[in-house]
Amino acid sequence: MKQINPVLCRHSVLAIVAVASGLVLGQNKAGSGATTDIPGAQPNIHLVAPVADGQWTMPAGDYGNTRYSPLDQINTTNIHNLHVVGEVSTGVLHGHEGSPLVVGDTLYVVTPFPDKLMAIDLTKPGLPVKWTFNPNPDNRAVGVACCDVVNRGASYADGNIIYNTLDDHTVAVDANTGKLAWETQVGDVSKGETMTMAPVVVNNIVLVGNSGGELGVRGKLVALDAHSGKILWTAYSTGPDSDVRIGPDFHPYYAKDRGTDLGVSTWNPDQWKMGGGTVWGWISYDPELNLIYYGTGNPGVWNADLRPGDNKWSVTIWARNPETGMAKWAYQIEPHDGFDYDEIMENVLVDMPWHGQMRKLLIHPGRTGFVFVLDRETGELLSAQTFEPVTWAKGFDLKTGKVEINPDKQTHYGQTTRDICPSSTGAKEFVPSSFSPKTGYLYIPAHNTCMDFEGEQVNYIAGTPYIGARVRMYPGPGGYQGEFIAWDVATEKKVWSIKDGSFPIYSGVLTTGGDVAFYGTMDGWFRAVDDRTGKILWQFKTASGIVGNPMTFVGPDGKQYVAIYSGIGGWMGAVALPWISTDDPYSGLGTVGAMRGIKAATTPGSMLYVFSE
Amino acid sequence: MAALAATPLRVCADPNNLPYSNRQQQGFENKIVELIARDMGTHATYYWYPQRGSFFKQTLGSGVCDLVMSVPSTMPSLAVTQPYYRSSYVFISRRDRNLHIQSIEDPQLRKLKIGVHVLGDEDASLPPVRALIRHGLVRNLVGFSIFGTLDETNPPADLIKAVEDRKVDVAVAWGPLAGYFSRHSSVPLVVVPIPDDPANPELPFQFSIAIGVREKDRALQQTLNTELIRLHPEIQRILRTYGIPAMTLPSEAARSMEN
Repeated sequence: MKQINPVLCRHSVLAIVAVASGLVLGQNKAGSGATTDIPGAQPNIHLVAPVADGQWTMPAGDYGNTRYSPLDQINTTNIHNLHVVGEVSTGVLHGHEGSPLVVGDTLYVVTPFPDKLMAIDLTKPGLPVKWTFNPNPDNRAVGVACCDVVNRGASYADGNIIYNTLDDHTVAVDANTGKLAWETQVGDVSKGETMTMAPVVVNNIVLVGNSGGELGVRGKLVALDAHSGKILWTAYSTGPDSDVRIGPDFHPYYAKDRGTDLGVSTWNPDQWKMGGGTVWGWISYDPELNLIYYGTGNPGVWNADLRPGDNKWSVTIWARNPETGMAKWAYQIEPHDGFDYDEIMENVLVDMPWHGQMRKLLIHPGRTGFVFVLDRETGELLSAQTFEPVTWAKGFDLKTGKVEINPDKQTHYGQTTRDICPSSTGAKEFVPSSFSPKTGYLYIPAHNTCMDFEGEQVNYIAGTPYIGARVRMYPGPGGYQGEFIAWDVATEKKVWSIKDGSFPIYSGVLTTGGDVAFYGTMDGWFRAVDDRTGKILWQFKTASGIVGNPMTFVGPDGKQYVAIYSGIGGWMGAVALPWISTDDPYSGLGTVGAMRGIKAATTPGSMLYVFSE
Repeated sequence: MAALAATPLRVCADPNNLPYSNRQQQGFENKIVELIARDMGTHATYYWYPQRGSFFKQTLGSGVCDLVMSVPSTMPSLAVTQPYYRSSYVFISRRDRNLHIQSIEDPQLRKLKIGVHVLGDEDASLPPVRALIRHGLVRNLVGFSIFGTLDETNPPADLIKAVEDRKVDVAVAWGPLAGYFSRHSSVPLVVVPIPDDPANPELPFQFSIAIGVREKDRALQQTLNTELIRLHPEIQRILRTYGIPAMTLPSEAARSMEN
């Protein structure tokens, strides 16, 4: 029998029982550490895929991207006892986005560039590192990454930990030995392409996407064979239907998204080849419909005057078959984006009553400031309600699916446009929300930041003088900058929120069966909140600002743990890094104006924290 | 002066951006830096970084190097020397096409494919390109990324190559790029400065070019100014060698009027 030194345990007896019965995790659950059985869930709320119940094997914990775990050892009655039981430093002082994985009795961390994979032993005292895998990525990737050199995590499949490196390789590393199983080059860093997103593995197919819309990269989703790494298909976000993988099965709900080769005809000649629409966010999967869902980023180039037309398929939500990559439907949220509103946000999949009828919902809290609710079978827009101040649009027509733009807020070169809300960083960034089937609420980490698109000045790049517009970001109306929101999906309304006066909420969210929602702040507080009332039940000041996603797992000792990264960075958070000056409000792509206080509030960090009660 | 002379000139430059600079120091800016350094009794060291969105932040901003050649003299957030040349946006076309395009308002342009550089995430507009858009020609534009790929030699040359290969009828580019690459063309090309557009007087097509330093580095700025004045004739000779279309600097015009 394997000997376990019960470090993380106070109840070592439990651990021994667990080992003796051949179960390392979740004492009374299946060995997969996942379940669709949600005790206490509201009647008629059905989650489409098993949620994380002991292990955490994919970026969101579950295919439905609920980030809900039924674990309830840590709950509202004992949360005040929560304390640090382990800390690990990755040694990299850049933004720590995403979250670790837990598979069996090992916790896996992917660091920011150079994208090392650390395997941490949960059975030994002090959380020792078992091994570290170094992919040795191409250093040039650092120079082309737009917004800090981040990595948003990994997936576990087929005995391997699978993740992307900033220099566009997908790597599969043996979860036991730390040896490279396979490696596939998926993009070309020399073209400005990078990879930061966390892969999702569906039916032994690894799904990955690219970043770099800012440099005229052509967005794409790529499918690889989980056993060999061989590329199975590529679905581009721009170009002819054959490249976009649109065929006879493509049935967009709205007329505005129908037509042949719209990925070409909605662009200036050849401009789609550098049209952006990158795929750097989260991927969801519905096993019943066998469809994957994801969103695409902003169109390139940034100067919207140069690309008249709808610029399909940027800023679009996609439904595709995972085996073939062929599209089932697409819904373009915003045609001809001029605000950098990537809509790569998470798509949360829930079956629940909608206006009296059971519907298969896709819930997408958007960078554009709206919570979009779609029927995920058809792509019909059921609701689009704002969750933060929005001025760029007046609303969405559910009959046509079209946005009603506010013409006063359109930007044009040669004129100043003030009070565009939200700013380019969005009413919410890529940091993912969480849905609790017990409350029926979506917990949204939100921003309230507006911007002016003002003046013009001479600038210079790559040997060429030009006239550039200046973007300045600042806190939006209401005197707060961040907001942690409980959003009632059924009534399409905010129920309660916790406002942060100084900084956006830039961390992901975790909800649990213990009726607690976890999130972090950019100045380093890790919080547990009563998920029904919004009362802050517990908080702990970590060493650095939090831009990662909380996760939870059951240790070898049978106890529940919660883990979070603490390491400021990312687009907005990078203002805290020492080489960004806060003297110029237009630097950091305009974010400095909104983030001026961050340097005083926190310093760079590289920590993983593990908590228990 | 003696203290500065002992210190090497720490130059921030793109390792792959001819005709300005490359790692082999074959660009005209490399030659001008070498000239200045030698005159100061020192030598130049380089911090190489591709000129992309974060160039100024990662170079001058982080303190790893002290000067950037070829910045527009009206660029904010920097201290700049006096300008040492002035150039213009130009039209480039094949000589055998006999286009003779005279201005942004030339009616021929409505029927032509016009190649232009696009700058990716620089929320940017090249002034003549913006003028073309205002004249209703956006559908005639074909964009070429000025950044190209990191592995490619001289990415901005793609646009000029497209003119050679008849992929576009005419290109609009910044003078130094156009002048240098058209000299290396396999077919004869015509390079014509674009006159100011009366319909868009606020869009400059000509820029005076200076050396940029950090705002607080006034001593270095002064030293470089002195060198630029002293070395003016030799600098102009280097520019001519590289085919840089150079206009009269406003300061030179003023000086000759005084004379």
